[in-house]
Amino acid sequence: MPHADSPASFLDAPTGFRSWLLTHDHKRIGILYAIAITAFFFVGGAAAVLIRTELATPQGDVLTADGYNEAFTVHGVVMVWFFLIPSIPSVLGNILLPLMLGARDLAFPRLNLASWYLYALGGIFTIACLIAGGADTGWTFYTPFSTLFSNSNVLLVVVGVFIVGFSSILTGLNFIVTIHSLRAPGMHWFRMPLFAWTMYATSLVMILATPVLSMTLVLIGLERVFGVGIFDPSLGGDPLLFQHLFWFYSHPAVYIMVLPAMGVVSEIIPCFVRKRIFGYRFMIYSIMAIAIVGFFVWGHHMFVSGQSMYAGIVFSLLSFVVAIPSAIKVFNWTATLYKGSISFEAPMLYALGFVGLFLLGGLTGLFLAATALDVHLTDTYFVVAHFHYIMVGGAVMAYMGGIHFWWPKVTGRLYPEAWARFAAILMFFGFNFTFLPQFVLGFLGMPRRYHAYDPEFGLLNAFSSGGAAVLATAYLLPLGYLSWSLFYGARSPANPWAASGLEWQTSSPPPTHNFLETPRVDGGPYEYSPSQAEAEAEAEAEASA
Amino acid sequence: MIGFDRLMTGASNIADDVDAMFFAMVALCGFVLLAVTVTLVLFSVRYRRGSQADRSGDHSRHLGVELTWTLVPAVLFIGIFAWSIGLFAKIQTMPKEATSIYVVAKQWMWKVQHADGRREVNQLHIPVGKPVRLTMTSQDVIHSFFVPAFRIKQDVLPNRYTQMWFKPEKTGEFRLYCAEFCGTDHALMRGRVVVMEPAAYALWADAAGTDSLAQQGEALFRQLGCSGCHGPAATVHAPDLAGLYGKPVPLSDGSTVTADARYLRDSILLPSKQVAAGYPDIMPTFQNQIDEEDVIALTAYIQSLDPNPNPDPDPRQEIVDAPR
Repeated sequence: MPHADSPASFLDAPTGFRSWLLTHDHKRIGILYAIAITAFFFVGGAAAVLIRTELATPQGDVLTADGYNEAFTVHGVVMVWFFLIPSIPSVLGNILLPLMLGARDLAFPRLNLASWYLYALGGIFTIACLIAGGADTGWTFYTPFSTLFSNSNVLLVVVGVFIVGFSSILTGLNFIVTIHSLRAPGMHWFRMPLFAWTMYATSLVMILATPVLSMTLVLIGLERVFGVGIFDPSLGGDPLLFQHLFWFYSHPAVYIMVLPAMGVVSEIIPCFVRKRIFGYRFMIYSIMAIAIVGFFVWGHHMFVSGQSMYAGIVFSLLSFVVAIPSAIKVFNWTATLYKGSISFEAPMLYALGFVGLFLLGGLTGLFLAATALDVHLTDTYFVVAHFHYIMVGGAVMAYMGGIHFWWPKVTGRLYPEAWARFAAILMFFGFNFTFLPQFVLGFLGMPRRYHAYDPEFGLLNAFSSGGAAVLATAYLLPLGYLSWSLFYGARSPANPWAASGLEWQTSSPPPTHNFLETPRVDGGPYEYSPSQAEAEAEAEAEASA
Repeated sequence: MIGFDRLMTGASNIADDVDAMFFAMVALCGFVLLAVTVTLVLFSVRYRRGSQADRSGDHSRHLGVELTWTLVPAVLFIGIFAWSIGLFAKIQTMPKEATSIYVVAKQWMWKVQHADGRREVNQLHIPVGKPVRLTMTSQDVIHSFFVPAFRIKQDVLPNRYTQMWFKPEKTGEFRLYCAEFCGTDHALMRGRVVVMEPAAYALWADAAGTDSLAQQGEALFRQLGCSGCHGPAATVHAPDLAGLYGKPVPLSDGSTVTADARYLRDSILLPSKQVAAGYPDIMPTFQNQIDEEDVIALTAYIQSLDPNPNPDPDPRQEIVDAPR
């Protein structure tokens, strides 16, 4: 139902299933992605519930050993490839990138739709694997276990991940071309919002790293089905070759997950601080440094694998190098708050939560980059806690923040603010409650992927499982109140946060072709003024008094 | 917190070093975490909308500040890196005088072979205060030998020897885990390392009374027919194995390898892979006929063959030098 004074929104334009499933509109495709990844988030979440229920007590009494192994495999595969990697780029990036650049759509709208169908097809294979009984290799598919020893449905899930990889590659290609060719007049590279920069960096990683994963998965298939010896030593292969290939993709994949999160937070913080982001150029250099150096650190997953000591030392050094730009970003976000005019709506709470959790995730990464400590800590719960801080505390918090921030833009509705703040705070505490004890468990020596464990680890695991219950509740809340708001939420004005990006200069929800007139850009992003925000707040307070 | 003290206690020569570094890192990172969090909270309170704070001036960039928080972490990171590689080199560098013990991992158990011929499953008995070197291989998938109290871990690969060493410094029983996911009963692939006083260990060791590993290898050497070709009376043109161990071997393709455990293992299981120069490629493969434990016994036997027999060899002191 369009407002009287605004053009028909992309949501209203044509309706019906066909108009959605054959759409070329980047915003509708973004919504298709949102629906699909939300479904997968709850599939992966259900597996997490099974895992934490099993680990609540030391005995393996809820699931069988194989059942447990399948649960953590589903959890990892679904959360990594079907939720985290596509989450921010394919949902928020799809919807926002053309809007932020002042473009009518992505460069290749049909390719964009094809990416979604590839994602869906990959998803079908993964669900088929689940229905057929699951796979038990872990999301890492280590050989020769995955090729010759596992009796589960490895091939189905490998095919699923192989297909979804092409979805990533095509999305990355689309974004890169769009950023190069469809920026509005005046939108110089150094006037782009940081979110667009992170999409650019992420896309580079996607198109350069994902093909390596695809090839590796094909090689797994060749060895498993045809017995071609590539990784299995009894066939003349080398199992460490697999680890090199796998981590050559999968470490950069961590940056596919976290760079977009950094982009989201870099949009939210200036808006709610009413101030330009601190060190805009340093932020850009950091983004690019992370994307590039991130390609050369994969061997830090292999310090105890039998890789040479000298290789370990070089990978350790490079891992410290890649930590520097992350540190710069955390300091810059913090400095942005200085002399701002800060308000604490839900997106800001998520963004602040992100900064704290990402910081702890990054700091514990230093422990693992230090070879001598990694020898003790790797493959324990310390690692599990560390990467959950980055991927869940970091990437998921930012995704939630982004969903809340741009919800009015996409849906034209406002969500209940009190509920949203409550969910953000509950998520923060639930998360820490779940994963802080795991750092201690890891240092004490509890190995990961254990279905049953020694009794001395019981107390901390019980804490962790309790926290997981809180966290699960916190994740269910937005599903409830956001869905509610779609039908009953108040209508949003075009720019409810008085935000500065181009995406806010058009109506909410935007028309199909985004802008009635191509916008012209004559300044940098984040044109906020804290003193003006103070003056407006004062005037508003006087008016209501 | 029942049981934690026992778990936290380090029990090897490097445990205190690792713990010192770990807790130094906890202190450093804890300080950074606290400093950033406190700053975030202070700014949030002081500059909340409506507060009476000074907001004048443009504070969106400052080269000096940026360089400071680029270079200070960089210097700190280099310090941590330097500290860790020193310790890493200590963990990875094998001492010359270590007692050599063989470990064969399989789904889902640890099999241990001592040089004196004793075998254990999911247990490793060792005397306190003596460095131990484990030479490990897997019969199937990748496993990882992890003793939390010793603060060490090493992956165990099929078709390859990896090594780790440690010097136990406390007596007692310590948990042994498989740390690399290896299938259904990965979580049950647990064992214990029993560190004993030398006297108690000697008593335990004597109770076994079996043939040494080299003697077991010698029996296999005859049983499998190796002696038919490699023995002194053989008519077949096969390399003499006495004194071979640790020596360079010229190969038929012109290259040279050192006759270490890895080379001997390959020569037994994949004889055509590296053929010694001047000898025909006629040796049959023993792959799928003997297991990793037999290969280790044969290697120990070949290693014990000395061209100038020593009157008093102590099999327990023998060392296998496989390069990393």
